[in-house]
Amino acid sequence: MFAIPTLIVISFVLYVLLDLAPSDPTGNLPLTIPPEVREKIRDQLGVNDPIHVGYLKWMRQFFINEPLHFIEQATGLSIGDSSERVRVVSFTTRSPVVDLILDRLPQTLWVVGLSYVVGILIALPIGVISAYKQYSWFDQIGTFVSMVGFSVPTFFTGLLLIILFSSTLGWLPSIYDTTLRVTDFSSFWEQVKQMIMPVTVLAFYNAAQLSRFMRASVLENLNQDYVRTARAKGMKDRAILVGHILQNSMLPVVTMIALGVPTIFSGAIITEQIFRVNGLGHLLIHAIQNGDIYLIQSLTFIFAVLIVLFNLIADLLYGVLDPRIKYT
Amino acid sequence: MRKHICFIGLLLVTSLLFSCGSPQDSEIATDSSTGESTENLESVELDGDSRTLKILYWQAPSILNPYLSSGTKDIESSSLIVEPLARYDSADGEMVPWLASDIPTMENGGLASDYRSITWKLRTDIIWSDGTPFTADDVVFTWMYCSNEEFGCVSSNAFKDVAQVVAVDTHTVRVEFTKPMYFPYGPFVGSLTPIIQKEQFKDCLGAAAQACTDQNFNPVGTGPFMVEDFKANDVITFVANPNYREEGKPYFQKVIFKGGGEASSAARAVLETGEFDYAWNLQVEPEVLEGMQDTGNGELLTGFGSNVERIMVNQTNNDSSLGRDRRSLYLDGTNPHPFLSDRNVRRALSLAINRSILVEVGYGDTGQPMCNVIPAPSKFVSDENEECKTQNIEEANRLLDEAGWVRGRDGVREKDGIRLSMLYQTSTNSVRQDTQALVKEWWSQIGVETELRHIDGAVFFGSDQGSPDTLGKFYADVQMYTNNFEGIDPSEYVESWVCEEVPGPHNDWNASNIPRGCSMEFDALVEQLEITEEPQDRIAIIKQINDFVVQNYWEIPLIWRARVSAKSVSLKGVKMNGWDSELWNVADWYRE
Repeated sequence: MFAIPTLIVISFVLYVLLDLAPSDPTGNLPLTIPPEVREKIRDQLGVNDPIHVGYLKWMRQFFINEPLHFIEQATGLSIGDSSERVRVVSFTTRSPVVDLILDRLPQTLWVVGLSYVVGILIALPIGVISAYKQYSWFDQIGTFVSMVGFSVPTFFTGLLLIILFSSTLGWLPSIYDTTLRVTDFSSFWEQVKQMIMPVTVLAFYNAAQLSRFMRASVLENLNQDYVRTARAKGMKDRAILVGHILQNSMLPVVTMIALGVPTIFSGAIITEQIFRVNGLGHLLIHAIQNGDIYLIQSLTFIFAVLIVLFNLIADLLYGVLDPRIKYT
Repeated sequence: MRKHICFIGLLLVTSLLFSCGSPQDSEIATDSSTGESTENLESVELDGDSRTLKILYWQAPSILNPYLSSGTKDIESSSLIVEPLARYDSADGEMVPWLASDIPTMENGGLASDYRSITWKLRTDIIWSDGTPFTADDVVFTWMYCSNEEFGCVSSNAFKDVAQVVAVDTHTVRVEFTKPMYFPYGPFVGSLTPIIQKEQFKDCLGAAAQACTDQNFNPVGTGPFMVEDFKANDVITFVANPNYREEGKPYFQKVIFKGGGEASSAARAVLETGEFDYAWNLQVEPEVLEGMQDTGNGELLTGFGSNVERIMVNQTNNDSSLGRDRRSLYLDGTNPHPFLSDRNVRRALSLAINRSILVEVGYGDTGQPMCNVIPAPSKFVSDENEECKTQNIEEANRLLDEAGWVRGRDGVREKDGIRLSMLYQTSTNSVRQDTQALVKEWWSQIGVETELRHIDGAVFFGSDQGSPDTLGKFYADVQMYTNNFEGIDPSEYVESWVCEEVPGPHNDWNASNIPRGCSMEFDALVEQLEITEEPQDRIAIIKQINDFVVQNYWEIPLIWRARVSAKSVSLKGVKMNGWDSELWNVADWYRE
């Protein structure tokens, strides 16, 4: 329940920051458009509204009009004067913000979500094995690779892959085609081909972080008393690792994973830009560059909601994973 | 054990959550045996591919109604669909009739002898993409649509002197002006004022225009293509317009118009990887582009219009200690710049610059040294200012010595305790930063100290009232950017330096005399232009105005900049245009 006032404060702070930021939705128009015309466009868009008016307008559109619109769409009913109701509208496209976001969601979930899953699938075994065989060659290589993955930025690895696989070898497309529909095997193969590079770049980055975390967590548990007890009972190493250590050391890692989920939705801004995936991250950047305040506000607010939500989910997961933790 | 299962279940659920909607995942491994058949499929598609044009704009189009655009990308992408009555040709901006059957002139009776009206004859063979005929009503409606007071139309400037637009008959339109217009080709010419369909937009007048998302995303047009699918800020899929007026055109059956990313990777997609056929606006260092061209997949296109990169010289005092009610304000001439009000200093600044090197470093074939603020069309270009093309540091030093600016111990000149120390600002862009660094070095050779600053383009070119960093506020001594004029007639543009246009709080800094120069002599020239009828006399006055601005060094022109785009070698028929939409003749494009 505490989350709701938090979110309202967040939304207000966001709006104030955006309003104070020196951005201008007419800033990208050709310079030949005279200043008076620009002023009129800004008036029309409501950029010149006082800050409280703008904020309340957004509140009403976002919290009342949008849900009502959704209910109407879902049920086919019409509530009140629905034709006069204004939805949250983007300055640049003059179309409802929510439609834009829904339009972008699939490619972001596909690319960024998949890379997250791939990252987890790579990171967990690597983390466990590196910890179990600490200081072995596997651990050394794993440490090196994850250090590289963690410290080399995605815009570098991304460009490197493009130059190698698109420019030089010509195997993979460097530009993501969002119009591609998967209907048969060949279009599916196209889809796989265009996803390989962005997913690899992001998965590499995610895996590097997570595997270090996993390794540390397992290491911590390896020296615990209960492990010694289990060994003393004569249990096999593998059984101890899978049955006891893994379960206990997953606790912090699952929290990490859950808390990272909102970042999937906010998209990988840089990677999306490099491969032109044009998901939510690109939408956000585009909105910022064009001074599209309502779009930025709505997007960042949705991200805030997701972060709060997944914090809650992580808390609940604790209880499931470790029955000793009880919420009263 | 129970806990164990619970935990594995959880993992499964999380991974399912992410991979939902991807049941094909398992097919990759099993389906490898069908590789042969996919190869066949690809070769069948090849023919379709050659009829598909792929265009890349690194700024993604947001809307396809040019009257609501937020940037050039929207205006150009919509030029595939909606068209004006006449366009500007690629060479020197000559007008060519487009939806009109000819260009109205005095000789053919299209232009009234008092210059108060112009009569356009429309082509009779034009059909909208939905099959209905194109008539004079659509043209009249377009004027009503854009000039509506409650609308905030991007192109409203083109209609500001229009009293009314009348449909004389179904295919004749008369535009009547409120005053004599010696260049009456503003409305309905060029990419900013194309004709939209009355039938489609009739419920979208005024404030209602905002809610017409379907219309704005999929306008009915007369052009060679129509929208099949539009993902705002991402990609447009066009298909050929079956009702296009010319038989056998357009060659391309489909256009993929992708947006996003940045200029250098867009150049790579055409020049290096060949994934796209056309990429727009590639302001990248020439050596980068040269390297990419080596692969032979594509070539660069340049189109010179009226773009001139110039340095604006602030004529008012912008000292940060002055505060909001004095800083960079003209205040009837009581607030002059401490040293830039000295013409000798301004002249020396211009003389010290080597424009050829600036071109070599930052522009290559896409720029030329320029000494005028009006670089084209050729009839308006003055030849009085060629001096600036050769750098002359000695002369610059001599001028400053003569004017009493003496070098101090640190090499910076000063007079009466005023040091020649300046703040030089521009927008963030690697070519501009290279230019800044070079100019700073040359200015240091004449004893002028320069501090460099660059501001994000969205802020610098924006006009947020609260921001001190906009070009309109001009809180710097000199600033650099590219300016140009709309269309091919600079009559309105030359008015931008009149005293009345000096920005300040009285006009919310929304005025065009950015350098804040103000002179009675100049204003008299502009007044004379307003009453001059004879084209040759008008040209002479416009040249005089250009010379006045340049020889008073209110603005220091640097480079005549071309639009630069790239196309693949297989794409033919492209005529790069510096005056209209770059895609103006896309109907004539084909592949070889």
